[in-house]
Amino acid sequence: MATKKVPDRFGRFGPFGGRYVPETLMPAVDALEHAYQEARRDSGFRRDLGELLKDYVGRPTPLRRADQMSQAVGFDVYLKREDLNHTGAHKINNTIGQVLLARRMGKTRIIAETGAGQHGVATATAAALFGLKAEIYMGAEDVKRQALNVYRMKLLGAQVHPVESGTRTLKDATNEAIRDWVTNVRDTFYVIGSVVGPHPYPMMVRDFQSVIGKEARRQMLKVTGDLPTHIVASVGGGSNSMGIFYPFRHDAVQLIGVEAAGEGVETGRHAASIQVAEPGILHGSLSYLLQDEDGQIQPAHSISAGLDYPGVGPEHAYFHHTGRAQYVAIRDDQALEAFHQLSRWEGIIPALESAHAVAWVIQEAHRLKREGARVLINLSGRGDKDVDQVFLYEQGGHHE
Amino acid sequence: MNKIAEAFARANAQGRPALIPYVTAGFPQLERLPGLVRALTEAGADIIEVGIPFSDPLADGPVLQKAATEALAQGTRVRAILDAVSGLTGEAPPMVFLTYINPVFHYGIEQFSHDAKAAGMAGLIIPDLPWIEGRDMRRAAERSGLALIPLVAPTSTDAHLTAIKKAQGFVYGVSVTGVTGVRQTVDQGVEPLVQRVKAMVDLPVAVGFGIAGPRQAVEVGRVADGVIVGSALVQAIAERPNAAEQVAYDCVHELRLALDNMVTKA
Repeated sequence: MATKKVPDRFGRFGPFGGRYVPETLMPAVDALEHAYQEARRDSGFRRDLGELLKDYVGRPTPLRRADQMSQAVGFDVYLKREDLNHTGAHKINNTIGQVLLARRMGKTRIIAETGAGQHGVATATAAALFGLKAEIYMGAEDVKRQALNVYRMKLLGAQVHPVESGTRTLKDATNEAIRDWVTNVRDTFYVIGSVVGPHPYPMMVRDFQSVIGKEARRQMLKVTGDLPTHIVASVGGGSNSMGIFYPFRHDAVQLIGVEAAGEGVETGRHAASIQVAEPGILHGSLSYLLQDEDGQIQPAHSISAGLDYPGVGPEHAYFHHTGRAQYVAIRDDQALEAFHQLSRWEGIIPALESAHAVAWVIQEAHRLKREGARVLINLSGRGDKDVDQVFLYEQGGHHE
Repeated sequence: MNKIAEAFARANAQGRPALIPYVTAGFPQLERLPGLVRALTEAGADIIEVGIPFSDPLADGPVLQKAATEALAQGTRVRAILDAVSGLTGEAPPMVFLTYINPVFHYGIEQFSHDAKAAGMAGLIIPDLPWIEGRDMRRAAERSGLALIPLVAPTSTDAHLTAIKKAQGFVYGVSVTGVTGVRQTVDQGVEPLVQRVKAMVDLPVAVGFGIAGPRQAVEVGRVADGVIVGSALVQAIAERPNAAEQVAYDCVHELRLALDNMVTKA
């Protein structure tokens, strides 16, 4: 199961990754890579980041056995509680790191894309902490659906730009953020929210999120004296899953990435790009993409806005390609069921994203029980943000 | 000498820069492409850029985004565009495709290069394929006899300019840090950019992004070997889609007259 050190110096994870950006941006991604390589070797940077993660974000996050769920499924299930981070999800691990780097590089302007608004809020938070101005691109459709997150970003001092082009969702917000970056490349730092984009982003975001897996590995050994047999995490762009997988990549642990099957992969209304496994190039890297026969990008669908993206990080494509991780998909209705189950079992309302991971464990319970599994779930975020939407959905109005 | 080089040489012999208009295939409709190409030819285009629409055109401003979205909404297919241009290239000036890497990658870069050449195209411009990622594409294009046009930007390093020395066709100079779209003034960075490229690369340099009309075309034409006009032309077509061919003719003819009248660069 040994894997080569990736990415290589061209930002390649095997055949995936790379830097597919306009020539205007090439010097900027080069400069970013150098600045990041320097920062991560700098003990001062690491210390600053470590202190912020501890005293501002609230790390380490707890890892604890989910007692009632374990009893119900018949094997041990542990939860890594990323929902207990400041702002309620893992996203802030990355934005604190990137904004710290932006400040080090002397960039004065922060931009980001956001889908449901979680990454936008996490970026606005980090920018506020450092007294920097953040501008957030968000699809006009999402602005309408996620009015509260728009207000949160504004409270934090950020400016939100609704994006009217294309499908008016996350992929279009990302296009618009890249257009802004091309235009203002000299003073602007683009904070990408997942393990996607041109090199060095997939590597850098993975590294910032790896704090999840590093803590979890130590905590599992402490709590159980052993490693888990399975680690289960949801995959949209793939940052929470890569963050928990990566430090376990050399261990004999099965890594399970759970994509959003939406209304079912066979219906075409889903966000499961690895299930389809069609290679393509979007937003700076080569990976798997939802696309038609002409390579036009197809809209994704999931009840969970955080998984609603037509691509996936290149390192996940690589893990799929090499077989290091296994990728599965869970439908909207299964995720909703798990959303309820976990709330009742553990007194924890999970984000709909994280509910996909819980749902897979429930679906596979018989087999996992037979195998005597010891499962670690990355509970990437809290579900408070989803309560309104689930409420409306269950009132009968199938709400996108 | 290939067709692109001939086109630049011919314009240069007349003491003016080459005029390179851009249209999006499928806008206003794909059936209009032959008429548009004829109009651009008669209006005095030296090279014609034909855009293959892509769903996520991240180097384009609002005008070309909208044209691409409309073209795709009408079901414009890559294969149909290849068929549409293959009937035209005999009578028209050299034509190049402008598109994004994913439609080409998905079609297959070898197959696409082969089919584009077979359709009579002379070159290919892919704004989200930087030179360093373009090795396979370049090989495939060269094998088919298609020029992969390199792009340079005001931010480009000398290392990039060195790398494109062996390129073919022409160098596409991006006049601003930004996306395509009409701008009121010509960026001050254009002249130093063109001079830097010309000092290192032995290819004609055409400049695009942001040229609104004859005034900017002449200004850019004083320093560059070619002037690329996209958004201004597509915007004019969008305003009067039923008269697209006439609008295209008028717009490009006006530019051509302005370039014909300009004092020679020397």
